Amino acid sequence: MGRLFVRELGLSHFRSYRLARLELDGRPVAIFGANGAGKTNLIEAVSLLSPGRGLRRAPGGDLARRPEALGWKIQVLVESPARAHEVELWAESGAPRQTRIDGKAAPQLALGRILRMLWLVPAMDRLWIEGAEGRRRFLDRMAMSFAPEHAQAVLTYEKAMRERNRLLREQVRDAAWYGALEARMAEAGARIMVNRRRALARVAAAQAGAATGFPAALLALAAVEGDLVEGERELAEALAAGRGRDLAAGRTLTGPHRVDLEARYADKGVAARQCSTGEQKALLISLVLANARALAEDLGAPPLLLLDEVAAHLDADRRAALFDEICALGAQAFLTGTGRELFDGLGERAQFVEVEESSDASLLRCIGAGDG
Amino acid sequence: MGEATRDIEALIEIMAKLPGLGPRSARRAVLHMIKKRALLMAPLAEALQRVADSARQCLTCGNICTAEICDICASDKRATGELCVVEDVADLWAMERAGAFGGRYHVLGGTLSALDGIGPEDLSIPRLCRRVSEENITEVILALNATVDGATTAHYIAEELEGRVRVTSLAQGVPIGGELDYLDDGTIGAALRARKAL
Ligand SMILES: Nc1ncnc2c1ncn2[C@@H]1O[C@H](COP(=O)(O)OP(=O)(O)OP(=O)(O)O)[C@@H](O)[C@H]1O
Ligand SMILES: [Mg+2]
Ligand SMILES: [Zn+2]
Repeated sequence: MGRLFVRELGLSHFRSYRLARLELDGRPVAIFGANGAGKTNLIEAVSLLSPGRGLRRAPGGDLARRPEALGWKIQVLVESPARAHEVELWAESGAPRQTRIDGKAAPQLALGRILRMLWLVPAMDRLWIEGAEGRRRFLDRMAMSFAPEHAQAVLTYEKAMRERNRLLREQVRDAAWYGALEARMAEAGARIMVNRRRALARVAAAQAGAATGFPAALLALAAVEGDLVEGERELAEALAAGRGRDLAAGRTLTGPHRVDLEARYADKGVAARQCSTGEQKALLISLVLANARALAEDLGAPPLLLLDEVAAHLDADRRAALFDEICALGAQAFLTGTGRELFDGLGERAQFVEVEESSDASLLRCIGAGDG
Repeated sequence: MGEATRDIEALIEIMAKLPGLGPRSARRAVLHMIKKRALLMAPLAEALQRVADSARQCLTCGNICTAEICDICASDKRATGELCVVEDVADLWAMERAGAFGGRYHVLGGTLSALDGIGPEDLSIPRLCRRVSEENITEVILALNATVDGATTAHYIAEELEGRVRVTSLAQGVPIGGELDYLDDGTIGAALRARKAL
């Protein structure tokens, strides 16, 4: 199995960091330190090396270190089975984010082809009980992990839908204009649904018969209301037929943006939202691990995993199972937790990084095997 | 500050508003012109004045020219029955530079965008429909950018012209969001030859 990992990570004026540097060797990285030390900031920096706004979904202006607010920069050296890449991501103060790959300016979407990554953050703990939007985002990140071009389909669909929604709100009645936008939405929407279905099938296959300490989750797509519409022709027809109702609502009520992801705890036959807090978390971890196994099979290397405060919520057995599975996968997992002892089970199999809050900046300290 | 300095500063400020120029390059350009006053600056001023007086839109196609009707619309040789629809004049000029197209043009003046408040009436789509009936057009070639707005506009026009004329679009060798004006001549020619029916 090949390897995909961040070998070097440099931060400059990013969030609580002034200047920081890490050299990594591809083993899982256990990041520990007190509340507010800068652990999540560190893995957020890694998450920005994929298309989108990162694991906090932060607006660009939040990323620059306060109080200077000068602009920020993230630099990484990525090892992948094919070759190493140098990625730079930065923004001048107030200006939009820019990306450079191997010294050449590149669109943000190009990052999806270099670094695949999956993440779990505490905000997702309520994924199964809150609104469909969060689950849809989870689903689309899963789809994007298998098919980076999924991001472009989503952007195209959303742009055309925003245009259509504006027509609806302004009560425009030009049928040809609606038709033209609906054709874009149907074309991109059908691709979105194919990618989502494929992702679910890949994750289901990776769960079947896997030796894992985590419970299997059965996933299904459902419409928030009405029927699921998937094919290009069907989508175009449904959008055209829904114009009257959409005009009344002032927005588009059918399509891939109205899809929900349903999950069941397979062995118990219980909907995820009715599971205990710990079971819900275990289902999420199980899905992320299955997604990672499927990706490893497809790409010949496992993706990066960013697991914010995952260890703290698991009992000792589950924690040990998680560590074993990450190591078996060979993934560079970035794990955070407040205490080093949470990661004792990893021993020599991981690299340890201590994050400290000094007077006005976060500091990183790599801890060698014998230290501490 | 002397009056001359003020005038020069004002000139630099205007120049800096030109696309591709910033304050630094505008300053350099103005200095250079002053050094070559007779050779460059006076003729430039004269040329600017002439174009300012005479530049106008071709009433037929929307090209920028100095007469009511541009050379392309006036030339019988260009009456091939093929009409190439572009977003703006820069695209028309890029097509002409490539020299790959022998017919006439129609400049839309933008793309449909509800979010930017641009509707069919704001573009020259009604005029396009009139030209198709009046000018013996046999094929309308849509050379719009491969953006969502470009594709929406192409679809809209194809719908409006349906059953009246053959409508084709440039082959998408054109990168997403890549504008015609930035393509090299060979790419434009190839995209034109490989056009397909909508
Ligand atoms: N743009 C910024 N400039 C300066 N400091 C910032 C910026 N954004 C966030 N911070 C600060 O960084 C600190 C560390 O935040 P972070 O979320 O990384 O902590 P953490 O180590 O994950 O803590 P916890 O264990 O509570 O999750 C916080 O005190 C936060 O206020
Ligand atoms: Mg945190
Ligand atoms: Zn003309």
